[in-house]
Amino acid sequence: MMKTRIMVLAALAATVSAGAAHAGTLEKVREAGVLACGVSEGVPGFSNPNSEGRWEGLDADVCRAVAAAVLGDADAVRFVPLSSKQKILAVSSGQVEMTSRTTTWTMKRDGAEGVDFTQVIFFDGQGFMVRAESGITTAKGLDGGTVCVTTGTTTELNLADFARAQNIQIEAVVFEGKREAVEAYLTDRCDALTTDASQLASFRMSFPDPGAHTILPNLISKEPLAPLVAHGDNNWKDIVSWTVYGLLAAEELGINSANVDEMAASSSNPDVQRLLGSSVDTGNFVGLGPSWMKDAISAVGNYGEIFDRNLTIPLGLERGVNAQWKDGGLMYAMPIR
Amino acid sequence: MYPAMRSTSADVFRPTDARPAPGGNIGMLRWLQENLFSGWLNSYTSLVLIGFVLWVFPAVLNWLVLDATFAGDADTCRQNTGACWPFIVDKFPVLMVGVYPQELLWRPGVACLALLVLAAVTYTDRLKGAVLVVAWLLLPVFALIMIGGAFGMVEVEQSLWGGLMLSVLLALVGVIVSIPLGVLLALGRYYGSPLIKALCVGFIELVRGVPLITILFMASVMMPMFLPPEMVINNLMRIQIGMIFFSAAYMAEVVRGGLQAIPKGQTEASLALGVSPWKTIAFVVVPQALRHVLPPLIGRCIALFKDTSLVIIVGLLDFLGMIKNSAFDPEWLGFQKEAYFFAAFVYWLICYGLSLYGRALENRGASGARR
Amino acid sequence: MASILVQVAVLALVLSGVYFLFQNTQANLTARGIESGFAFLGHEAGLPIGDSLIEYNPTKSYGYAFLIGILNTLLVSAIAIVLSTVLGIFVGVARVSPNWLLAKVAAIYVETLRNIPLLLTLIFVYTVVIGSLPHPRDPISPVEGVYLTKRGVFVPRPVVEDGFILFMLAVMIAGAISISFWIWARNHKKTTGRSVPGVLGGLGVFIVISTLAFLATGGPVGAELPAYSGLNFAGGLTLKPEFVSLLVGLVLYTAAYIGENVRSGITSVHAGQIEAANALGVSRGIVTRLIMLPQALRVTIPATTNDYASLVKNSSLAVAIGFPDMVSIGGTIIGQNGQAIEIIGMWMAVYLTINLLISLAMNFLNSRVQIVER
Repeated sequence: MMKTRIMVLAALAATVSAGAAHAGTLEKVREAGVLACGVSEGVPGFSNPNSEGRWEGLDADVCRAVAAAVLGDADAVRFVPLSSKQKILAVSSGQVEMTSRTTTWTMKRDGAEGVDFTQVIFFDGQGFMVRAESGITTAKGLDGGTVCVTTGTTTELNLADFARAQNIQIEAVVFEGKREAVEAYLTDRCDALTTDASQLASFRMSFPDPGAHTILPNLISKEPLAPLVAHGDNNWKDIVSWTVYGLLAAEELGINSANVDEMAASSSNPDVQRLLGSSVDTGNFVGLGPSWMKDAISAVGNYGEIFDRNLTIPLGLERGVNAQWKDGGLMYAMPIR
Repeated sequence: MYPAMRSTSADVFRPTDARPAPGGNIGMLRWLQENLFSGWLNSYTSLVLIGFVLWVFPAVLNWLVLDATFAGDADTCRQNTGACWPFIVDKFPVLMVGVYPQELLWRPGVACLALLVLAAVTYTDRLKGAVLVVAWLLLPVFALIMIGGAFGMVEVEQSLWGGLMLSVLLALVGVIVSIPLGVLLALGRYYGSPLIKALCVGFIELVRGVPLITILFMASVMMPMFLPPEMVINNLMRIQIGMIFFSAAYMAEVVRGGLQAIPKGQTEASLALGVSPWKTIAFVVVPQALRHVLPPLIGRCIALFKDTSLVIIVGLLDFLGMIKNSAFDPEWLGFQKEAYFFAAFVYWLICYGLSLYGRALENRGASGARR
Repeated sequence: MASILVQVAVLALVLSGVYFLFQNTQANLTARGIESGFAFLGHEAGLPIGDSLIEYNPTKSYGYAFLIGILNTLLVSAIAIVLSTVLGIFVGVARVSPNWLLAKVAAIYVETLRNIPLLLTLIFVYTVVIGSLPHPRDPISPVEGVYLTKRGVFVPRPVVEDGFILFMLAVMIAGAISISFWIWARNHKKTTGRSVPGVLGGLGVFIVISTLAFLATGGPVGAELPAYSGLNFAGGLTLKPEFVSLLVGLVLYTAAYIGENVRSGITSVHAGQIEAANALGVSRGIVTRLIMLPQALRVTIPATTNDYASLVKNSSLAVAIGFPDMVSIGGTIIGQNGQAIEIIGMWMAVYLTINLLISLAMNFLNSRVQIVER
């Protein structure tokens, strides 16, 4: 009888404790000493484990930059590969503190799915890749053809919209993962593969004969890719956003991983001084330490370095619209002061 | 009131002719005639099948061995028409353990050895039953500690676990945790009061009614939503929990079959001797029931091992996941057949081996009972 | 008294556990601003679906898209159940065949398929077997109008022409006649003891009348042949590679299990009975029909019921090869609007219903073959 009562009480206690409030994300990360960051299951150039299991790519480096800014250690990241179904829920349910996984910023996701987007790190658009021998030169030429696409993405919706708007018939074969879609395209199940153009380029580079595949010039959508955090913790959202701005500003100001220490010590440019925390403790504005950007830049470099290392050199991707605003691109850091 | 039976010649009993005496059972020709060419239908079937075997067997042999490449790289392979075994050799470490750190490979090795030793010891029947049960229950804990690292050993992140190691681990933990759970559920269903029975039946039938993949989706995508935000369980663990629940429902049905087979006299005798009901169940009923259902229990283990392949759908890179990854490695593109053949071979080997092991245990048990 | 307390405690534990999960979910949903409820079923789906039994376009609702998934699951399961039963019976009989070679081949088939995960079989069929078929440009055509390509199997589609209703009427009348003939034959046997071949006769009557009607109405069923145009075949009936692979994989896998059920059914019949029947000079057909089958079915049917249920559940592996079944489409909807709880609930409801229907049907069948005890 005694036992029974204890069991009931324990059950009730468990129920009540569930309602307890949870701490802010920044405190949670500091306490754990590690940042849980959601990434893809493997998209070369964005987030892809190399043969030693180390995650490489633009998305992975953004995770590292945030970890460096928050914890002072770029390696204090626990990378969590997420399927496209999991990517939103993993953030909104707190399984990861942030996700940087080639995720398109849309109004519905931002407003109604429990996540907040921070700042665009790559402006992309959805394209098509076809076999060069097929003779297809424009997206409209796919009329009557078959297209391989991944589920749980904006891509499949864009594809349906495009076919509807152009009034052409496209048979979509919808796969669970990117890998399956690419495999199916390679086995000639489909006439075309569709996803973000940058990823098409990255897949094409991994094919044994890249020249046999063409990426069609038409982009059928806007795909601003941005890291996302759970809805409701404004301070944490600020931290991730401003870390990205910091990386952009560093490129604009000519600070890179090689000269960051020197710049911090001797630069007379007030913008540089503020960014690196040598004059004003800018990190403090969002609850971080003064060396937030210095740590981030010395670990992963500025935005341009990250882009070159992961996208330009291995995949041959041009900066294009992702150039700095001064060079006619869309990358524009908000003033850090 | 039946119509009058007229005695016509057809109704007179007339014995049929005696059948020919059976021929001798000796000689190759005799065997052939009896087993392959008795009657025209049989002969025709045999001819078709012989043709089929003669057509398939050389082709398979050529591909597997005669025309195959055994050393070299992808380009050497592309010059030959047969299978490309250097591909499997090159990918072998990844297929077995994923991207597990090379210098720590001895740790999963030790865990694997422990599994094999325990299986062998169980077969020899040298240890007492209770010791064996405890050893088996501790085995998953030991394996997890060895692979993941604890007590001063370097920690290996779960995202680095993969390949066959992960498949075996998922199945091992799944089976060993789900058997006790299944026993509890079965006892609840068989002996429980109406309420407990209803709860057990509800759980068992609900889980058995849906495909594993929906349970895995629920575990990997939805479980975080059911838990408070500060309770973070990683993906692998969530999937493992899903597999345990799934397996437990099936184990419960297997064990229930065993419970039904225990004669009432057993419990009555035990209770009459003054043994408490709980002890009667734990030490009289359950051990006998489990021994009774050993074959289907082994069948469930095999099924669960095969089912671990489904985790690739929720993003884990188990053995099949690594096979798929390797099959589309840009460097080795075009050798999917080899990859899938190898996968089929390994799965077959393990599953068939398990069923042989199960049969051996069963026979040993049977001889023990006879003594 | 104690047992009531234990029951109350268990109930409290379970209820508080459920409440705990429910409360967390509620808190999580509201904290993240995710809506719940089934209103989304009426919203526009916007997603493309590759293979559908009924007319679909992306302007249809989520509910409609899910319905397509259910239909696809039902279609592939129903066809697979029929085909795997046929193949399974064949395999089971082959395993006990006196023909040594046939028995061995069947045994190898069963032991191979049963010891390899279905998912591997599916992926193999999809990427290797179907993937090695040619492009629609130069298809394999075993029969005129049938084309095997890696983009699918294209077969002629039956098209209804004038006079079809008349023909169907004739077929129905033929059916009625043959059934009444069969009933008459059964009664005749009961009262007179003389057996009239009721089944064969009825079937014969049915076929003759139907054929005559078909010819008389001028062949009201035509065939639309598939033809290559542009990037793919148009017209005819298309069996998508994903559908074909799923069907082939499910049938091969399940037939191995059904084959084992059939075999254990056959071997469960005591050899003495067959010998006794042989000794009495009973003909082979009657031995099979009246001695072997009724007893074998008692063992085979319950086990096969489970295999049918597994087959339906296994059809959810469609998701791995991109066939839009219920799980695949439901998963896509989760990906698009995050309402996973509702979708998972719908999955469970549909699967549980299908399984219930299968076990009801099979229990009915089973009750026909079980020994009626006094």
